[in-house]
Amino acid sequence: MDNVILSQRLREAFPQELTSIREFRGELHVVVPREQLVAVAQFLRDTPELRYIYLENLCGVDYLGREPRFEVVYHLLSLSHRHRVCLKVGVPEADPTVPTLTRLWPTANWQEREAYDMFGIIFRNHPSLERILMPEDWEGYPQRKDVPLGYEEVAFTFNQDEIYAQKHFVKE
Amino acid sequence: MTTLTVPSPREIIEPARSGQKETMVLNMGPHHPSTHGVLRLVLELDGEVVVNVAPDVGYLHTGIEKTMESKTYQKAVVLTDRTDYLAPLSNNLSYVLAVEKLLDCEIPIRVQTIRVLLTELTRIGSHLVWLGTHALDLAAMSVFLYAFREREKILDIFELVSGARMMTSYFRVGGLAYDLTDDFLPTVKHFLDHMSGHIDEYEDLLTRNPLWLERSMGVGVISAEDAIAYGLSGANLRASGVNLDMRKLIPYSGYETYDFDVPIGKNGDNYDRYLVRIAEMRQSLRIAQQAHQRLVDMGPGPYVTADRKIVPPPKHEITYSMESLIHHFKLWTEGFKVPRGDAYVGIESPRGILGTYVVSDGGPKPYRVHFRAPSFINLQALPHMARGRLMADLVALTASLDPVLGEVDR
Repeated sequence: MDNVILSQRLREAFPQELTSIREFRGELHVVVPREQLVAVAQFLRDTPELRYIYLENLCGVDYLGREPRFEVVYHLLSLSHRHRVCLKVGVPEADPTVPTLTRLWPTANWQEREAYDMFGIIFRNHPSLERILMPEDWEGYPQRKDVPLGYEEVAFTFNQDEIYAQKHFVKE
Repeated sequence: MTTLTVPSPREIIEPARSGQKETMVLNMGPHHPSTHGVLRLVLELDGEVVVNVAPDVGYLHTGIEKTMESKTYQKAVVLTDRTDYLAPLSNNLSYVLAVEKLLDCEIPIRVQTIRVLLTELTRIGSHLVWLGTHALDLAAMSVFLYAFREREKILDIFELVSGARMMTSYFRVGGLAYDLTDDFLPTVKHFLDHMSGHIDEYEDLLTRNPLWLERSMGVGVISAEDAIAYGLSGANLRASGVNLDMRKLIPYSGYETYDFDVPIGKNGDNYDRYLVRIAEMRQSLRIAQQAHQRLVDMGPGPYVTADRKIVPPPKHEITYSMESLIHHFKLWTEGFKVPRGDAYVGIESPRGILGTYVVSDGGPKPYRVHFRAPSFINLQALPHMARGRLMADLVALTASLDPVLGEVDR
């Protein structure tokens, strides 16, 4: 299996839906409309000659100022063909939803939670879409490009009253 | 396959709070010696039997991926050490390879060989920490002392090349931070000659030890199918009988030219994970010996790429050439520009597939860096493997999965 054969197979199976299949630095990047994501992923996983059975990586990217603003990137691995394919799903800011892949790969569970936590991308029908790395009471999505790098002021005895007064847990 | 779930802490705590259940909910961690870092486990117990368990992570989240976006490509290497702090050189390698893929630059064979040698030593060092702490969790104190004795030697080697024992930052985009010192190869030779016998010592203590067999055989079993579904990688996956090793599957840094085997387990239990990791240490020794021999044969040579767009001119040139001085200054203040695009590289770290996804917008700083952290993904399988076992087995199982919480939370 190589990039040429796989892109042919994908074009045959999804002639209308896949708008862009390109090769970059030896990787195959396939842009998938989000309505087709589950169908394409299932096709790649279950077709006997393809067998991309391993979901290696899933992450969000924020392209601020571009439309669609967000992108979810999936890397699928075929153990029998020693080949990797990258799926990219554009996600508009106005409706940041993507269908979940947890039904096909349970491993998507935490990776989707992380993408939600960091970018606010909502994975439809995810079993428990909650924050995973950030505290539950955190407001906003830290890895978005419009969130500046911040820091927590260090509390010493002389200024801890002042700092604690600003904290969420004191307000409750 | 929809039955494979990963519960969140809320799903266990809320039913218990409302009094719907007879089971007891117990909090284990975040500070607990057997969680190997800052991991909180919410346990649902029926007596001593684990009914359900929800790992709660994020206590060590330091925003490394976000911070890297504000550093130049070269400076961001330093942050990669801090993810999986037991295998800093593997992290360096994964990141550096991804950036080099974007740059499309050629790396000298000598540099690749040094990288292979050092990452294999890292693998041994990391497995030694796993072995020591795993045995310690099951009350076998002496293995820990033996394992850390040899780990010191590996850290000494790291200190020799990079000046740092743990946070090495030795691999840089385009090559290495410095050239090897003269006493590097003899020191490594001495280590490699003795290490094989030390692995026999650990095996003497554990492999046929009845207590060890009792505590690890049949504990935390996961089938090959489930392991793939959960995205397990590294020794955890191979112990279930799946032959997935990135060094063989999609080789990098010239691994295809080394002669080594991939140890595979059968049952996917703690004992097989133990056997696989022990066998992996022996294979790492084999690779390291070959790499060492090649370096001896090769003699001195370049330690960085010849591409001057990435690495500064050599020091002696700076003393007489104004252009070289400016060049050097530009590289260290502004950094080099990386072509627009995105690339992903997955390497075999001691814990599994460590992937780095780098997006470049054409500037001198990465637009986005994402780590496919093997510990993070391996930890998801913990509930599935722990259900129905005793709580004492959960401690053994956590150790057997070998998570590093710095990498889980990044």
